[in-house]
Formats: sequence, structure tokens, C-alpha cells
Amino acid sequence: MTHDYLIEIGLEDMPAHVVTPSLNQFHDKTVAFLKANHLEHGTIDCYATPRRLALLVHDLAAKQADIEEDVKGPAKKIAQDADGNWTKAAIGFSRGQGMTPDDIVFKTVKGVDYVYLHKAIKGKSAAEILPGMLAVIKSLTFPTRMKWGAYDFEYIRPIHWLVSLLDDQVVPMKLLDVEAGRVTQGHRFLGKPVSLANPDDYVSALKDQFVIVEPATRKQLIRDQIKQIATDHQWQIDLDSDLLEEVNNLVEWPTAFAGTFDKKYLAIPEAVLITSMKDNQRYFYARDTTGKMVNAFIGVRNGNRDHLANVIAGNEKVLAARLEDAAFFYAEDQKRSIAEDVERLKAVSFHDKISSMYDKMGRTKVIADILADKFGLSTADKADLDRATSIYKFDLVTSMVGEFPELQGIMGEHYARLAGEKPAVAQAIAEHYEPIAADGALPQSLVGTVLAIADKLDSLMSFFAVDLIPSGSNDPYALRRQAYGIVRMIAAHDWPFALAKLQPAIAQALAAAGKTNGLDFAAHQEELNAFVIDRAKQLLQGEKIRHDIVDAVTVRSDADIAGILDAAKVLTAHAADDDFKAVMEALGRVLRITGNKATDTQVDPDKFKNNTEGQLHQAVTTTAQTFDAEPTEADYQALKALVDPINAYFDATMVMADDAAVRANRLATLQQLARLIRQFGDVSQVIVK
Amino acid sequence: MTTKMDIQTMIQTLQKFWGDKGCMLMQAYDVEKGAGTMSPYTFLRAIGPEPWNAAYVEPSRRPADGRYGENPNRLFQHHQFQVVMKPSPENIQDYYLDSLAALGIDPLEHDIRFVEDNWENPSMGCAGVGWEVWLDGMEVSQFTYFQVVGGLEVSPVTSEITYGVERLASYIQDVNSVFDLEWGDGVLYGDIFKEPEYEHSKYAFEVSDQEMLLKFFDAYEKEAWRLMDLGLVHPAYDYILKCSHTFNLLDARGAVSVTERAGYMSRIRKMAHKVARAFVAERKKLGFPLLQRKTEVQ
Repeated sequence: MTHDYLIEIGLEDMPAHVVTPSLNQFHDKTVAFLKANHLEHGTIDCYATPRRLALLVHDLAAKQADIEEDVKGPAKKIAQDADGNWTKAAIGFSRGQGMTPDDIVFKTVKGVDYVYLHKAIKGKSAAEILPGMLAVIKSLTFPTRMKWGAYDFEYIRPIHWLVSLLDDQVVPMKLLDVEAGRVTQGHRFLGKPVSLANPDDYVSALKDQFVIVEPATRKQLIRDQIKQIATDHQWQIDLDSDLLEEVNNLVEWPTAFAGTFDKKYLAIPEAVLITSMKDNQRYFYARDTTGKMVNAFIGVRNGNRDHLANVIAGNEKVLAARLEDAAFFYAEDQKRSIAEDVERLKAVSFHDKISSMYDKMGRTKVIADILADKFGLSTADKADLDRATSIYKFDLVTSMVGEFPELQGIMGEHYARLAGEKPAVAQAIAEHYEPIAADGALPQSLVGTVLAIADKLDSLMSFFAVDLIPSGSNDPYALRRQAYGIVRMIAAHDWPFALAKLQPAIAQALAAAGKTNGLDFAAHQEELNAFVIDRAKQLLQGEKIRHDIVDAVTVRSDADIAGILDAAKVLTAHAADDDFKAVMEALGRVLRITGNKATDTQVDPDKFKNNTEGQLHQAVTTTAQTFDAEPTEADYQALKALVDPINAYFDATMVMADDAAVRANRLATLQQLARLIRQFGDVSQVIVK
Repeated sequence: MTTKMDIQTMIQTLQKFWGDKGCMLMQAYDVEKGAGTMSPYTFLRAIGPEPWNAAYVEPSRRPADGRYGENPNRLFQHHQFQVVMKPSPENIQDYYLDSLAALGIDPLEHDIRFVEDNWENPSMGCAGVGWEVWLDGMEVSQFTYFQVVGGLEVSPVTSEITYGVERLASYIQDVNSVFDLEWGDGVLYGDIFKEPEYEHSKYAFEVSDQEMLLKFFDAYEKEAWRLMDLGLVHPAYDYILKCSHTFNLLDARGAVSVTERAGYMSRIRKMAHKVARAFVAERKKLGFPLLQRKTEVQ
């Protein structure tokens, strides 16, 4: 016969975002607990509201299986002395197993007699095991923890009740001064405490007390209610899944309702309306059938429909106050010119140790100029970029961004358009923060992309210049994400980006422009270069490029990011070729023998001692003329065509000849070839079988 | 028709309610401050092992929030009704809801939510965990379990409830502007505070003497350290409060750059940390009198 077990933790209101992860954790740790205790079980139902985490374990075994086993002890000759008396070893072994030497039997293993004890362990009952669930409850981890009262114990919120019910019996446990029992709490206002006869009563008993404990059911109910309201009003609602998840974990008994606001507030930018409704008030906003935003919202109450008019009126009033503020800021912000706002950036700090935002813009401008040339931007694009770099942070001092920091960039674009800036300039202002997340959208426009790269590169160089270099998990300024964003943008446009050369050039230009704020922007070059190349590695690994190919291409001599990515692409495309092994071995051999040593020796054909030397030299020289700056398919094919000459060369030629002049000449020949091969990195690291 | 509760009746109601729950009804503390938390009746008393239950109204000055009396919801000075109970009672959430009921707010007629909002006051080295309480979508109270005060981890934990008096009154009296609230006896909030709001905004944003304030800050800071060295905890604390308010005035005037800002905050925080330790040491020397009183009562 099997059993049902219900465990419920009753708490003061948990943060909405903590509810679901905590429930999953509770489930997983309970499964692990039951497994460790050899208690078989069926399905586990998971329930959660802001005030409770609960699990219902079905078909729980009544007890652990009985275990019968033979335990091997010491050899017989150690267990008994010459007279056949039990030694200390035998007595100790028996005692350790909870038995006596009288229980010992002998068995022969590979010709040697050993002491054995036959043990029959009676499985414990579920009721004996389950009090151990207290440790599971205590073991849950949370993003924030708190103490309360006079206790030293920390948890997500104070614990108020525990239900621990095995069929109709309470499994006792006590946490602080909370004794587990069978009484759970209903809805805080609508419900009453209810005593559960059996675990199976849980869902229905709480439903009677205005608590819907199944998260999925509650969420579906909210979805249906919102859809009904939308249908009634002919609205379109964006059922944002994050908002729905949050709202679902703010209520036990949801009732959706519609409210309205004065039409005049529709003149406020949409992004502001959405932030006010969605982020500040947790409302869903509405559009009409043509997609235009309407002066209405949908909220979800934690309660029933009684006195709903009160609730709606209150929510409308709060939103109106917020929108009135926003309208005020919107009007105030437009009273100032962009030039005035830019001036005010002098008093806004980018970072204490670095500079003001104004100075940061100045550096970004220098960097953007250099990049625009390298990336080959048109004169028109350069003009837009120049204007954008002169103003792009101005919205940081607007009241709207002060009130809604998450609208930085978005308000900048909006205000720039209102002020008559060119659309390309306005768009670049919004885009320069992108990608906002590691896998977030990239800027759409060329100007926006270059601005985004320049701004991020300035941040990297600035923070490295003041030794604020990320280490381990410590990356407070999200420099890894910014570097990764640069790599993604470079990859998307296949632009040249060799930081090893770029950084000194930028440092020099900043110094020439008098924009270093006394900092050394050429500092930490190797570290910064490696930091960015590590992000290229991350990108390649994310694309499931073989590790050995990643290792090979990221040691490319000039460390150009686009080159690294291209090389990986080309090598990966050929990795399954029949002749890939032969190509890699031949090229790898050249790299290994030349090492990393550069040579100034010029190749002297007069010093060639056999035909293959001249043939290889000739082939390499011809190939070098058509070789691209970046690794391409054609380059790979050209190197592939050298495989036969290379092999013939090595068959006929002893590179490390005794004659120093001959040796140097041979190394010089190979160095010339190695320089071409290194476009693809250190291919000798590519593993071929 | 004025059947709606005026502000002074609200305050009386809350005082009666929390007085009945064992809180001492203290008076506002007579040094300028930005929040009721900074009253010594909260900041200092939240530190150390002694029990403490108190309730009081605290006029709270935030110069940067002044709007010349023109914004219906933003004020240079607003009023907080502050309740602190240490250790936090087990049913403090229920107490709070009952106090709303005492104000005529029936939870069945509204939507009351506890929405996560962890509170921090870095310049005083304070942090807590809790919620903002929503009444039909409006934040009417801040509810916090202090975890760290003056850089010290607290034990036992103090629960702090801060009612925004004007917010709550706007709701109860159903007015759109705080200046239309009735304070008592038919006198409106605007009659009392509109002109001071204008004058204080004018002063903080346009007229204050920055040079003088900068000197004040330095002088107050010096005096606070001198007094702490002499073991005069409470006078020292008064000067820390003065530093904090002076900084707020400078900040409103735009006299503090973002870079300097962190520097000032850190100077205040250092004093707050020091005074917190000094307070515990002083109470310890006295034998934690309130702890003994508790034992005697039991």
C-alpha cells in the first residue's frame, strides 16, 4: 500500500520573482531526499502562491525496502588467533556492524577464507523518514535572505506555518517555534484557516478559501480574464510573459479589471506610457485593432469582484498621478536645447576615477573617427556619426531619464527627433546601448553600430586604464558583456578590428587631442587584447566550433577579430574533408619547424641545394601575391595547393643543415610560407586523426 | 460634507492603535532629517540587544524633492508615521492590516498587496528586507525588517513600518492634491504648508549660501568626531544628522558633483558606523537597562 504526503511552507509574502525558482528547488531537493532515503514515490505535484510553497508526493512507499547483505570482514587468519579465539579485529568488525562474533560465518574468496556477517536491515517506515524533510526546508537557498524577531535563522521571509501530512497523520517537525500540523491558511482577506483531513484535500480546500494553489491554473485564469476584457473592448493586449509570471506570483485569487486614463496623456511617448503601466504598476497596456495605444490598462487584483469599482478608481488615480508627472517632465525637458543638456553632462560622472560623461563623449568621438576610416564609412555616414558622437549621452540629464532610467537612449532618440536632428543621428543615439543583453538585438544602422562599438571600446579602455579590470565573477561594469557586444558587431559586419594595433593608435589620437584626463589609455594592452579575444572565443564556442580550431585561430598573429572569426569559419567548413588531415599536417609541420622566431634573412635562391627548394619558393612567392588580408576560402585553397610542394620539400630537404648559411636560407623560405599560414592561426594545434 | 477622516484624526487613530500594541508614543525629534528612520528613536534604538517599541510622526525634509508647492504630490517636507518594534512581533503584518482597518480601510473593499522592496540607506550604512505596501496600486507604506544598521548586523531584528501620511490621507480624503487635504478643524494642508513649500524650495534651489553650507558640513563633521571621541554619543549623533541635512541642501543646490557625492556619502557613513558602535558600547556599560526591565516584567 502506498501513501500521499503533503508538505507546505507558509510564509509572509515572497518576492514574485523568487516563487517559481524556489518551488522548483523545493521539488528537486525533495526528490533527492527521497532517493537518498530509498523511498519510492510516484508523481509530485508542485504548488505555490506568494505565501506558500507546497509539494504533494503521490504513491509514496510505506517504508524503505528491507536490505539483506553479506558484509565482508578481515581474513580468517587475522580474525582468529592460533587457538581459534576471536581477535580484536573480529570483535571490532562485528561491533561496527551492530552484531557479535557469534554471527560470523566464513567464505572462501580466491582460495582465502574471510569473515562474513549476514545483515538483514529492516527498512524504516515513511513516517520515520519524513521528519527529515525539515532539513530539506532549511536547505532551500534564496537570492536574498532575512532574519526576523529574535531568531538567528535566515530565510526568504518569516515562516508562519507548516503542513506536514502523511495520509491522515501529521508527520511532526518543528522549525523555530512553528510546529507542523494539518492547518493551512486561506486567502489573507477572503479566506479562513482550514484543517486538512488528507493531502488530497489540499487543492479543493484552499480553493474554497479563495486560494488557487496551482500556478498554471492561476495563470490560465488570469490569461482568460484578460482575453475576455480585451474581447469586450476590442483591444489587443500584449500578454508579456514576464509580466504575467510576475502578476501570477503576486496574487492568490486573481481578478482582472480594466481601467482608463485621460486621453491627453496619449501625447506622452509610448515608451514612457508602457514603463509607467507595465514596470511601475504591473498593468497590461492595450491597443485598438489598428495597433494604436488606447487610454486604458488591465490590472489584476488579489481578490474577488466585490467592491471592484473602488479598486479600479484607486488604480486609475495612481496611474493618473504618474502620467501627470511624466507629462510635466516631458514638457520641461523640451524647454532645454540639446546643447544645454550636453553642457550639463560636464557635471555628470561617468566614473569617479575616469571622467565626466561629457569627456567620455569626447573620447568616443576620437575613437569613432578612427573606426569610421577603418570600416570605410561613407562621407554622409561619417557626418551623421560625427553629430551623434557630439550629443549621444544628452538624455542622461533629462528629467524623464532621471525618473525612468531604463528609458536612456530611447528618450534620447525621441527628443533628438523632436529637436530636428537627422533620423540617422537620432536612431544611433538609441542604438548605442545595444546589444543590451549578451544575446540582445544589435544596432540596425551603420552609424549606430559604429557608435555602439566606439562607446563600448572607450569603456573598456577607460576601465582598464584605471586598473578596474574584471576578475573572476567580479565584473561590476559589465565589461565582458560590452566586449562581447563589440565582437558580435564586428562579426556581423566583418570589419577589421585588431585591438593590438588599434589601441596604441587610439591612445595616441586621444593624447594628441588632449582628451586623456591624465590617464594612460595605452595601458594593459596585452590584457585588454586577450580580454577581447576571449570574447571571440566565447562567440565561436557558442557557435559550436571545435575547441582545437578555436584554439588555433585565436592565436593569429595580428589578433584581428574579424580574421579570427573568418579563419574559424573556413577551417570548420573543411574539417570534414578527406584531405583536411593532409593539409593540416603539412602546414602544421611548417609552423612547428619555424616556431615563433621571426627572421630577417632574405631568401637567396643561389643557396638552394635541391630542386624542391626552388619549386616551393616559387610556389610560395606566387601564392603570396594573391593572398588576402583576411583569411578566405581562396586562401585556404591556395595553401592546399602548396601541400605537394611542401611534402616534396621535406622529403628532399634537411632544414636544419649543418651549414649555417644554408640553414638560415631554408628557414627563411619556410618563414615566408609560415606568415601566410598564420593568417589561419596556429594550425598545428588542429587535431587530425 | 466632511465625514472623511482629517489628518490629525488619522494621526490620533494610529497613535491610539500602536499605543495599544505596546508602542511608546514618542514625539518628532528636533533635528532636521530626511526620514523617520534617522530619528535616534529608530536608528540608534534598532542597534543592540534591547527591546524597543515606539511610534511617532516625523516631519521629513528632502530639499531636492521640493516643487515650490506647485506639484500636487511632491513635497520638500512630508510627514511619516513611523512604527518600530524590536524584536519584530510574529504577527506584525496582521497588526499593520488592522491599523489600516482602524483608519477605515476595509481590506475586502480594496486591493492590498505586499510588493518586494528592499530598503537601503547607504549613507547611514543601513539595509533591510521588506515590501512597499500597495493600496489599490498606490504605495502607502514601507515595511522593512532591518538587517544592518550603521554597518552593524542587527539582532534582534526591528520591524519598521513607515506610513506616508500625505499619501494615505490623499487616499482617505479622496483629493488629487495634498494641498487640498484637511489637516483638522477645517484647515487645509495648503493653508499651513503651501507657502513654506515655496520658500523652502526657493531657498534650497536658488538662494542657499553654498560656501556657508560647505563650511557648516565640515564644522559639523569635525564636531561629530570630537564628540564621539569624548564618548558623547547623542550630541555626536545630532551633528551627524546636521551633516546629512546639510549635504541634502548642497545636493539640491547642485553644488555637489556626482564624483564628490560619493565622497560626502562616505564621510557620513563613516560617522554613522562609528556612532552605532559607540551607542552599543554605551548601552553595554549601562548594562542594557531595557533588557533587564524586560526580564523583570516576565
